[in-house]
Amino acid sequence: MAALHVVEAVEPATEPAKKRPPRKIRAFTIDDWFSTIGSLLASLALVWIVYDHILDGSGILGFAVCWYMAFLIVYAAVASVSNPRHIVVDRMVTVSLYIAAAIVIGALASTVIYTFFEGWRAFVHANFFTHDMSAVSPTAPLNQGGILHAIVGTIIEVGIAVAVSVPLGVGTAVYMTEVGGRGSKLVRTVVEAMTALPEILAGLFIYVVLIVGFGMSKSGLAVSAAMAVTMVPIIARASEVALRVVPSGLREASSALGATHWYTVRKVVLPSALAGLGTAVILAIARGIGETAIPLICSGASSFLNFNPSGVPMNSLPLFIYTAYTTHEPGAIIRAFGAASVLLTMVLALFVAARFLLRDKSARR
Amino acid sequence: MTSGTEAAVARPQEIRRGREVSTTPRSPSEGDSRRGPAGLDIVEISAWFGETQVLDDVSLSVPSATVTALIGPSGCGKSTFLRILNRMHESVPGAKMAGEVYLNGEDIYAPGHRPTDVRRQIGMVFQKPNPFPAMSIADNVVAGLALTNTKVSRSDRTDLVETCLTRAGLWNEVKDRLSRPGSVLSGGQQQRLCIARALAVQPKVLLMDEPCSALDPTSTRRVEETIAELRYDVTIVIVTHNMQQASRVSQQAAFFLAEQDTPGGIVECGPTTDMFSNPSDQRTADYVNGRFG
Amino acid sequence: MTSTIGAPSPLVPFKRKEPRLLLPGLDPSDRIFHGTARIIGMFVLVMTGAIGIFLGYQSIPTLHHYGFHFFTQTAWQPELDKIGIASVLVGTFEVALVAMTVAFPLALMLALFITDYAPKRVKSWLISAVDLMAAVPSIIYGLWGFYLLQPQAINLARWLSQYFGWFPLFHVDTDANAAVWQQSRYTSSAFIAGLAVSMMAIPLACAVMRAVFDQAPIGEREAAMALGATRFGVARTVVFPFAKGGIIGGTMLALGRALGETAAVLIIVSPDFQIKARILEAGTQTTSALIAGYFGDATKSQLSALLTAGFVLFLITLVVNTGAAVVIGRSRSGASTEI
Repeated sequence: MAALHVVEAVEPATEPAKKRPPRKIRAFTIDDWFSTIGSLLASLALVWIVYDHILDGSGILGFAVCWYMAFLIVYAAVASVSNPRHIVVDRMVTVSLYIAAAIVIGALASTVIYTFFEGWRAFVHANFFTHDMSAVSPTAPLNQGGILHAIVGTIIEVGIAVAVSVPLGVGTAVYMTEVGGRGSKLVRTVVEAMTALPEILAGLFIYVVLIVGFGMSKSGLAVSAAMAVTMVPIIARASEVALRVVPSGLREASSALGATHWYTVRKVVLPSALAGLGTAVILAIARGIGETAIPLICSGASSFLNFNPSGVPMNSLPLFIYTAYTTHEPGAIIRAFGAASVLLTMVLALFVAARFLLRDKSARR
Repeated sequence: MTSGTEAAVARPQEIRRGREVSTTPRSPSEGDSRRGPAGLDIVEISAWFGETQVLDDVSLSVPSATVTALIGPSGCGKSTFLRILNRMHESVPGAKMAGEVYLNGEDIYAPGHRPTDVRRQIGMVFQKPNPFPAMSIADNVVAGLALTNTKVSRSDRTDLVETCLTRAGLWNEVKDRLSRPGSVLSGGQQQRLCIARALAVQPKVLLMDEPCSALDPTSTRRVEETIAELRYDVTIVIVTHNMQQASRVSQQAAFFLAEQDTPGGIVECGPTTDMFSNPSDQRTADYVNGRFG
Repeated sequence: MTSTIGAPSPLVPFKRKEPRLLLPGLDPSDRIFHGTARIIGMFVLVMTGAIGIFLGYQSIPTLHHYGFHFFTQTAWQPELDKIGIASVLVGTFEVALVAMTVAFPLALMLALFITDYAPKRVKSWLISAVDLMAAVPSIIYGLWGFYLLQPQAINLARWLSQYFGWFPLFHVDTDANAAVWQQSRYTSSAFIAGLAVSMMAIPLACAVMRAVFDQAPIGEREAAMALGATRFGVARTVVFPFAKGGIIGGTMLALGRALGETAAVLIIVSPDFQIKARILEAGTQTTSALIAGYFGDATKSQLSALLTAGFVLFLITLVVNTGAAVVIGRSRSGASTEI
């Protein structure tokens, strides 16, 4: 057996310790950087030269695809020179993942940027937000007319839908988590199934039952009803999750103090779950304001500013966008993108609000 | 004891590893750089999690073919220290380290060394047994080979499975059910499976982070027997809270301590028998006599 | 006299007692509370269940009239009394399949990237970006798809039809090699609609997959790392086997969404009632676009036909979504995953 060494160890806090700074541990060596960048440039050059001859310049998309493939091949070859196979595979996967993430985020960014880019010419005009299209033809220049009626319509329709679906949705969630019982399992199954309902079927249902069946006219109210049909299951399910996450210890503590169940729910459970409930509502709203098929079926594309949800068709942002698009007139298209920008801004604002609600409130930053 | 005969089995066959073809095995005490146990020279290790320093200038020399026990109360940085030895510490976001760890004279943190290669040579067994549940027992044992692209022929594979399970003291219990999933075993058996899995990649050093703390006394005894027999094949560094275990299995021990809010370090280190019967530092004496910890 | 501590009193003979019957009853306010909650729950149950039943009920006259031919007829010519959803169903699946073919690998790779590869600060931003992607209204993706993506994508479509046109899927009825090629033969196709729909499928699948990847047990991850596995090795050995249920379930959820998508398809697609496998070629039709496009002029019986088409769509999405919930619930990661 080899001799054992006894080494004097440094005793903490009694000797002035020699302060060694942390080491920089590089996972990616210089060699790796060179091979990556080199492969990128080499494949770019290769594809650049070859592209025009073989592929007749099929556009940027095709070029990007070819560059990606060429890069993978070149990089695999280069990396294989000095690395065993499992490292090469790992590198290729890493590179592919970075590119996939870039593709998806890039697509999202291009959507948002393109919408604002095409729409800005509309909303530099103040009349875009303060007028409706009642006196104006769709092909009129941009300093006339606006989408006020669509904005107001969206707000009113969503407002009514929320006023109806939040009590129903949260109430159902409370039923499922707090009251329970045999029926609640059935309710949960059905509610989960209904979150899958395509919005157009909700619209169709309301159309046939209320509009054709009961003779109700196409109006904002019909749209709100159909929206509520899609929103209730979403709110119910997300709220159920939020309520279930409240620790049962809180409920028990409240009962131990002699509170009734209702009191416990009202004063203890709901306040604790408030952030989650708020997020559920916000997500449902974001879903509701973007629905196009429902206003298409249940309302008409009126051009008048209208605060009355019943009896008269009410326009809304998605419907406005769609009808403007169908004209295929350049002026109308710009207005469509302007309206789309407004819609997108609303969704973004809701989204930021949801993130704000869910922010990490602990001081552990 | 049946485990004695299990341990005295032939060494694993030649394995074709990526590009290199390994030579015939040497005897244990030579500390051969190709195969067999190796010693570690750990020089002035400091460790941080973010801005909090948890280890301060810790040095230790681990001779090859021995069992070294790291003892001390909880929270002194023993596990952190262990994870620095196989470069697992750096996988935690915000973790930093300083110092060098020499395996056969080469610093494992030098720029040319990949963490994955280091971990092939310095293996680890964890506190909670973690066999891969989606794989059979046999596949679990050779999982490390697949992960590091080490090619093994079919016959070599079965031999390797048998050898490693034997060295881990598990062969007789599972030889009839090698294709069952790893999760059907008991806790102690799972831990021995993890040991077999670690052995299959033929590391030079095996690190063990409180391997018996989640096991019942019988399984603990079996694992300790395995450890005692393994040291000729692989140098072992074991973190343990159980001082009796340390005195049972190790030849050398290092006592870790951290004062309140200060980084941890080694107070005393030496042959295990001396540490327990005649410690030089008062704090060591207090700890081994159960006055704190 | 002192009594012995712990010994039972000798005065009362031990008798086997029955458990006491406790009937606490509910507080009056709780009675109201439970009752109201129950009423709300039942109302929602009835309302949502009624939709399914209603759609089914409305389908009866249509199926009565057209019989099984409803499912085999491709044309939609109400004036000739020739109505059928065969081509529409095929188109729906084609668009959804294109969407999923693009969405599945991207969602999987993005989910793995977020959990294992992204730097810590970037991770939460990426998660938010994916959630934002899910919140963007589909009509905006429709506009984007039509005006920005389509001009680029038809070049890709043409390239595919040039070199792979021998495969029926990629064939287009036009001369792809002509110097001036017919762009209009490539626009408004199932392919382009599928690309736009994939923008809605990706975040849905990615969110589920990411949640499941995050739950992969860290003990197993560390074991793989300690054996010398690379990051991808850990993913292959530990994360993917663990997350199988979440991967499949998330994909099915996204498929359900893709099948029911309306606005983007309406904008991009030009209606064509043929069953064809040529996804790169202009013209197709999906169920939801059919309903949205044709409900306006529909007579009572045509409305019933549209409702039947809607009912079929509902059944399909119901099966897909329930299947997804079952797969996720049964998997190792299942119990704690919220979809």
